[in-house]
Amino acid sequence: MVKNGVGREIPEFIEGYGKVKPYVSPFNMVPTGNKGGAKLKRPLPHKTKLIESIEEAIKATGLKDGMTISFHHHFRNGDYIVNMVVDTIARLGIKDIRIAASSLTTCHAPLIDHIKNGVITRIETSGLRDPLGTAISQGILPRPVVIRSHGGRARAIESGELKIDVAFLGVPACDEYGNANGYSGKSACGSLGYAMVDAKYADQVVLITDNLVEYPCLPASINQTQVDYVVQVEAIGDPKGIVSGAIKGTKNPREILIAENAVKAILASGYFKEGFSYQTGAAGSSLAVTSILREHMIEQNIKGSFGLGGITSQLVQLLEEGLFKGLFDTQSFDLVAAESIGRNPNHFEIDASFYANPHNAGPAVNKLDIVMLGALEVDTEFNVNVITGSDGVISQASGGHSDTAAGAKMSVILAPLIRSRIPIVVDKVTTVVTPGETVDVLVTDYGIAVNPLRTDLIENFKKANLPLYTINELQQMAEKLTGKPDPIEFTDKIVGVVEYRDGTVIDVIRQAK
Amino acid sequence: MPKLRRTMMFIPGNNPAMITDGHLYGSDSIMFDLEDATSLKEKDSARFLVYNALRTIDYGKTETVVRINGLDTPFGREDIKAMVKARVDVIRLPKTDTPEDVIEVDKIITEVEEANGIEVGTTKMMAAIESPLGIINAYKIATASKRLIAIALGAEDFVTNMKTNRSPEGVELIAARSQLLLAARAAGIYALDTVYSDVNNIEGFLEEVRLIKQMGFDGKSVIHPKQIGLVHKVYEPTEKEIRHAIRVVHGIKEAERKGSGVISVDGKMVDGPIVDRAYRVIELAKATGVLKDGDLIG
Repeated sequence: MVKNGVGREIPEFIEGYGKVKPYVSPFNMVPTGNKGGAKLKRPLPHKTKLIESIEEAIKATGLKDGMTISFHHHFRNGDYIVNMVVDTIARLGIKDIRIAASSLTTCHAPLIDHIKNGVITRIETSGLRDPLGTAISQGILPRPVVIRSHGGRARAIESGELKIDVAFLGVPACDEYGNANGYSGKSACGSLGYAMVDAKYADQVVLITDNLVEYPCLPASINQTQVDYVVQVEAIGDPKGIVSGAIKGTKNPREILIAENAVKAILASGYFKEGFSYQTGAAGSSLAVTSILREHMIEQNIKGSFGLGGITSQLVQLLEEGLFKGLFDTQSFDLVAAESIGRNPNHFEIDASFYANPHNAGPAVNKLDIVMLGALEVDTEFNVNVITGSDGVISQASGGHSDTAAGAKMSVILAPLIRSRIPIVVDKVTTVVTPGETVDVLVTDYGIAVNPLRTDLIENFKKANLPLYTINELQQMAEKLTGKPDPIEFTDKIVGVVEYRDGTVIDVIRQAK
Repeated sequence: MPKLRRTMMFIPGNNPAMITDGHLYGSDSIMFDLEDATSLKEKDSARFLVYNALRTIDYGKTETVVRINGLDTPFGREDIKAMVKARVDVIRLPKTDTPEDVIEVDKIITEVEEANGIEVGTTKMMAAIESPLGIINAYKIATASKRLIAIALGAEDFVTNMKTNRSPEGVELIAARSQLLLAARAAGIYALDTVYSDVNNIEGFLEEVRLIKQMGFDGKSVIHPKQIGLVHKVYEPTEKEIRHAIRVVHGIKEAERKGSGVISVDGKMVDGPIVDRAYRVIELAKATGVLKDGDLIG
């Protein structure tokens, strides 16, 4: 066992994962070597890449036992691709497959049976939801699941550390030679940012579409130089699960209160000035922050530089009103964003490496001023858990949390102080995903706590009369109402390895009792 | 410094979540309702809940108010006993028609305070006037007990009694509001306006707040957190008012230092009412954050 940079006891070797590089500090790891890459190929002229079925495509790729396949999660809970492909692989009798998905969600429950029957033996992903997350937390997977951030996954793929044999990528519009984009067709999802990395680096790429268009499909986010086969199917997803029309602002008074506190923090931070950059999520409080911030931008005549990340209709509105110069979009959260990316050149599609890979020459997160993030737990060292719930079970996702926290000048965690009678601030988070060193501010409904490392922010917030507390004071306020929860019980078995964005191990997840 | 009572948020006495965090939304007072918002079968449990909340939760600077059931119900007396013991700041009496209603509650509060070793007079009272008879008796009600800090208008019952209903312009409430204000001012206590129930009609709400502010009300009852900031914004003094208030306060301090009785600011004589108004402006300005403690120096 070694103690890593956030004080976690980590084994030096984990069965089914390998030798561990313990996490040290956010920018400690200096990579060596060159990028990996796809195989060299020799396509003959005037041959179509169109192939009859997923089954034929799998056969054509020569997929074998023990190989790695990859998927993206742009179709969210409406995704049909993962289940269609894995069902077919199972039917063909192929076993011991590693799934490297950018994320997995509730609709991927059928994977549980494929784990049980030995088709899937390894999973690498940003997140897992119930029931798959619960099953894995109970220990059904022979090897630990590897949890990576979006930037961490792009890094692992680019460096060759995560070698993808075949990428199966669902695309909402595509021609027979492999030019594809995400913003047209009945299954439009907007940006194909996660899929673009797989398309560049996988040994073989299979595109699956329900909207085959005439050649050439332009503009192309994934292009013909990367793609080996194209399959047309009835449906790649359920449009209702892929995106909503426009994500609506919250009416929940508590979420609005947290957002108002967050905006006070932004205004007082010193970063709210001409040319600032900003990222936020699509959860209730974050969305409310964007709309309140917009009013202040108009009132004070402040224009931002760029909005980043998961893009929503709110950020599109800011772009169209001239309040931001551009949007970098690795994932579009609603139909308004999905349509905007197709028609506005300043709404710019970026891949996950451009977004957040710490080991390319300059990810977008490095230019970020302010980011709004969520949390399941925050501890008194400001470490954040966004992966395991209050029962210790894997239920959420790492996402871009640690990437943006590390890159931004000010990372702000938005959370209610108490969620379903459980305090958010704890002595030690169940699982560290984002190290406290990169987390600057915690904004709750009860008040604001600033990381003691940020004396500059503490000073600015005091001047602005913000409701400032130490994080220990917030913890005491919560516990006074709820009491101290009993510790969660785990066995010794490691069911998950949480990598920091640089590939070091920041924590492990043990089997829930 | 005068206490601000711009907003009093109604919180149902049977809602644990709202009772736990109702004070976070920044209203000057919160009012736990054991009366209309609590159904007959929940009267006991709501009383128990609010009692324990008042005993355990730190509501900070927010004034706590409990609307009890009337003494003509089987619950009124029990409500008073529990709330006084729980050290609520203010007991709000509903449907006050006569000064005797106030005196009776005052007596019970005194008994409970004495029985529990609480200094007599600690628990304050607020009377809600909701009938034509109550409006006619407003001044007598307002002066019926030293515990009274405010009288408040309850418009829904009132307009029904008046054989009319509420309109956007509020003409049906002109007489009641005026009479209630006159009574409160003559008695030297606060005057609070009734609720505005259409939570989604922001513009209509603002219009009503502007009206009652101009009439002279100290504040308004609110039923949703989003109404709080709107009221406070309307009550926020203008920059000109604040600058003037600061000059008045400085002038008065300067005069005290020199030992002179009379001062003038901007060429005008400053006397008692102007000083009172200046302090109130400063308090209002501080409450919405447009003025900070440090701004007064210099």
